[in-house]
Amino acid sequence: MASKPRVKIPKSVAAGDVITIKTLIKHSMESGQRKDTQGEAIPRDIINQFEASFNGNVVFSVDIHPAVSANPYIEFSAKVSEAGTFVMKWTDDAGAVIETSNDVAIKG
Amino acid sequence: MNISRRAWLGTSAAAAVAGFFGVSGNAIATVEDVEKLIGEFGGSATAEDGGPLQLTTPEIAENGNSVPVSFVVESPMSDDDYIESVIIMASENPTPEVATFHFTPGSGIAQASTRMRLAKTQDVYAVAKTSKGMLYKVSNNVKVTIGGCGG
Repeated sequence: MASKPRVKIPKSVAAGDVITIKTLIKHSMESGQRKDTQGEAIPRDIINQFEASFNGNVVFSVDIHPAVSANPYIEFSAKVSEAGTFVMKWTDDAGAVIETSNDVAIKG
Repeated sequence: MNISRRAWLGTSAAAAVAGFFGVSGNAIATVEDVEKLIGEFGGSATAEDGGPLQLTTPEIAENGNSVPVSFVVESPMSDDDYIESVIIMASENPTPEVATFHFTPGSGIAQASTRMRLAKTQDVYAVAKTSKGMLYKVSNNVKVTIGGCGG
């Protein structure tokens, strides 16, 4: 459905820091409100769920509705108290899942 | 031909808007729908105005297809006192829900930003729910010069 998402996340942080994570995924986010040239409704096709977990625990998630723009951009925070891996997951209406993972190390 | 320029501009603008909504003209949500959603979101609690919740939207959005929206809720974000979720709603879109954000103490700060579609000039609502069941509500008016419920 979509190409590889972009995730901007620091590679190493001081323990206990709250970091900002920025994500962008390419997707048309067809709202289901539009009609094609024949007047037929174009079926809805959006990413309806985003989830971020750190070392297996969900830290942040979003229920997404058609009012979110195409190529959804999501920025959020997370607290990092140990080295580990962030896994981001996007799920679309068809149930397809795109996953990325990013390692974060502790400075020093 | 006796069409004044002003009248013609008016019709073409209306036609352009109809284009964005689809020819049949879809139903538009109302403030009541927003109130109902807040009820479903927060249960029996009554939403307090403002409080620790800050919503940032542009005053004027030139393109309704991509309107930046962000919020931050002041909270200790500890295990027993944190922001559980924040719902963003657009009162006059075809459907009022934009997105619901779920936080955990591991989020560190209850903040997020995204970009949304706005069909026309309207109020954007944010409601935050704490882990103790408190509700905070704010709304911002956003003027949209080109609507964007089509995409």
